[in-house]
Amino acid sequence: MKRSFDRRQVLTWGAGVAAIAALGIPGGPAHAKNDVEEVIAKFTGGKTPTTGKVKLDLPEIAENGNTVPMTVAVESPMTTESYVSDVLVVTDGNPRAGVAVFHFSPASGVAEANTRIRLATSQNIIAVAKMNDGSFFTATKAVKVTIGGCGG
Amino acid sequence: MLSRRDFLQVAAATAAFVPGGWSQAFAQQRLTQAELLRFEATGNVTLLHIADLHGQLRPLLFREPAINIGVGDAKGLVPHISGRVLLDHYRIAPGSPSAYALSSEDFAALAKSYGRLGGLDRIATIVKAVRAERGDRVLLLDGGDTWQNSYTSLITKGQDMVDCLALLKPDAMTGHWEFTLGAERVKELIEKLGFKFLAQNIRDTEWNEPAFEAMSTFDRGGVRIAVIGQAFPYTPIANPRWMIPNWSFGIREDELRANVTKARNGGADLVVLLSHNGFDVDRKLASRVSGIDVILTAHTHDALPEAVKVGKTLLIASGCHGKFVSRLDLDIRDRQVKGYRFKLIPVFSDIIPADAEMAATVSRIRAPHEAMLGETIGKTESLLYRRGNFNGTLDDIICDALLSERDAEIALSPGFRWGTSLLPGQGITREDIYNATAITYPATYRMTMSGARLKEILEDVADNLFNPDPYYQQGGDMVRVGGMSYTIDVDKPIGSRLSDLMVTRTGKPLEPARDYLVTGWASVNEGTEGPPVWDVVMRHIEKKRVVTASPTSRIRVLQK
Amino acid sequence: MSVKPRIKLDKKEAKKGELVEVKALVQHIMESGQRKDRDGKTIPRKILNKFTCTVNGKEVFSADFEPAVSANPYIQFKFKAQESGPVVLTWVDDDGTKIVGEDNITVI
Repeated sequence: MKRSFDRRQVLTWGAGVAAIAALGIPGGPAHAKNDVEEVIAKFTGGKTPTTGKVKLDLPEIAENGNTVPMTVAVESPMTTESYVSDVLVVTDGNPRAGVAVFHFSPASGVAEANTRIRLATSQNIIAVAKMNDGSFFTATKAVKVTIGGCGG
Repeated sequence: MLSRRDFLQVAAATAAFVPGGWSQAFAQQRLTQAELLRFEATGNVTLLHIADLHGQLRPLLFREPAINIGVGDAKGLVPHISGRVLLDHYRIAPGSPSAYALSSEDFAALAKSYGRLGGLDRIATIVKAVRAERGDRVLLLDGGDTWQNSYTSLITKGQDMVDCLALLKPDAMTGHWEFTLGAERVKELIEKLGFKFLAQNIRDTEWNEPAFEAMSTFDRGGVRIAVIGQAFPYTPIANPRWMIPNWSFGIREDELRANVTKARNGGADLVVLLSHNGFDVDRKLASRVSGIDVILTAHTHDALPEAVKVGKTLLIASGCHGKFVSRLDLDIRDRQVKGYRFKLIPVFSDIIPADAEMAATVSRIRAPHEAMLGETIGKTESLLYRRGNFNGTLDDIICDALLSERDAEIALSPGFRWGTSLLPGQGITREDIYNATAITYPATYRMTMSGARLKEILEDVADNLFNPDPYYQQGGDMVRVGGMSYTIDVDKPIGSRLSDLMVTRTGKPLEPARDYLVTGWASVNEGTEGPPVWDVVMRHIEKKRVVTASPTSRIRVLQK
Repeated sequence: MSVKPRIKLDKKEAKKGELVEVKALVQHIMESGQRKDRDGKTIPRKILNKFTCTVNGKEVFSADFEPAVSANPYIQFKFKAQESGPVVLTWVDDDGTKIVGEDNITVI
């Protein structure tokens, strides 16, 4: 994909410039409104999730907006009586909010998944966990997609 | 770090300042090696720490920052005090050796009195002296940024530093600029290192598995010490990712917690984090990860004469460029720190004698290049330095060179914290320029960029420095600019810190929609083309013969 | 052009009830459907939209992916060892084709 950059993009200061241009998703201004609220509302049936129990692990600053490692883990005994059934992951700064939904069961043993995601710009990643009793929990993490790395 | 009597004596001496002659007098009459190293030993373990040598083998001049802004919780705390405020905070007499070593106050005048600091041969003398005194209680740790940023380290791809450090026999190191040698060279050097290269926070990008040894344990003075390495978390962002495509970094708090637990469960009496996070990141980390006794900090080049305590964790900041060696004596009993004593030992090169073996090795390494490096290419009328949050005078010279040699309207120069200082009237040698520019990606690019894009880049870099959450900071200084000026309000959020951006050449505001010819160097993008920056700067100085830079900044800084 | 996914289990044998970690990588462009080509035409979406893992025929974990999942998707998760058998990983493409990979776990 690098070959399709024009010269200007290649020579621009900073790693993130290349990263943004190479993304499958066009970059937008930070925290532009997307369909994040609708997607969460659809998942929770309109219920407001409680903050807690969910842990989102992403780097504070992305090394490469094309592939940002993301781990979501939810506290739960994962027994037939009490388990996490689904975890929705969305972002508020990509053109579309949706990232993934993970489905767990007591057979999973633990509600934990890791994948790599595309972030078009600096934004928040939000995870919402649905418990088998119908309750919802959430966590948010801000990730910066930098354009000007000049540290040292 | 010096006794009060020491600095009063020297303060009196400097009052009767005689140009040129004081370095010797100072060395012979006022201070001795014994005084510099004087330390009332305590406990059963001695940690020696050096960090951020940046390829420097010889004694040098390095002016500490006059401006080092702290934001968020770090506002007003060390290391975010400078100049006279710093001296008052530590009750250091102006004009004293400590004042010279630790602050920017009267730097040019005091440099003539106290001379150069550092030199790996002097450091070797100190290390040997402490080992002779403390025997098997000593652990020597190198915090990284050792293998790059001088001419010889560049052309030997870090071999000069590896060979010299081998003589010091450190027990472990971690890294940052090391990685700009590229993955293959890093692996090659580590293989033959003879001691551990530790980094718990690097994983391979494919399988998310540890790419380096995370920790190592040492038995010293009957104490089991676990040393965990933490490389600079933002290496692939601040430096070229394409050179290390299969390694992913990050702070990785959870992994660190797991490693601390593993160390304790493995019987460690003392847990040390050999960190290249930067001071503010380590201060936050110490408040969130329990079980670490000592964090040996690096990266942000802070030199603190006292340990900083966060909860039960001691933070040590050992400065840069070989100016200091930190000695931390610890009394470890019942797997706890029962007491400690600390000294930031200033490596005054006129007082500490050179270790013969190290001096010979340094000379041998430098011999083929000594004549070229020592060649004077011009002279400076002003004090030239880089360190400080915004443009240093040396950066102004670099930006002037970029603007005139590359025929551009605006110049950008990276906010690196390394590079040596030059005194007014001093000849500029080729080595002085390499000391500020020697990197493996030196091409000077030249391109058009819209005013809006330029502001966006400056805002982004400013946020890497002034984000109130240290975990979002990268630890460099602000990108330096030539051909323009601006006002910055550090308290504002990203996107709104900068205002009044003016183009010097036209005297008009920077227009968002207009394209400007921009030149700069150290682009992290692969395939950047242009002459190496040192050639551009040397050509400029050779043409000008005499350069001068105004200490008055074109940047207005606002902070509540 | 179906490629073989690469799968790593952190253990080949597990005690009953023990957690087994699965890591898997599969080559796929994950075309978002939001990019335009040089002529300004939208490049049609083509992603792996569904992932399932079964152990001895029983589902232990699954996921729905959107275009924000990176190219060459990586997935890492755990399951609780209950019985020995094949660990089968299946990805479903937008065009309906499937990519299947397999490993084994022995419960001791």
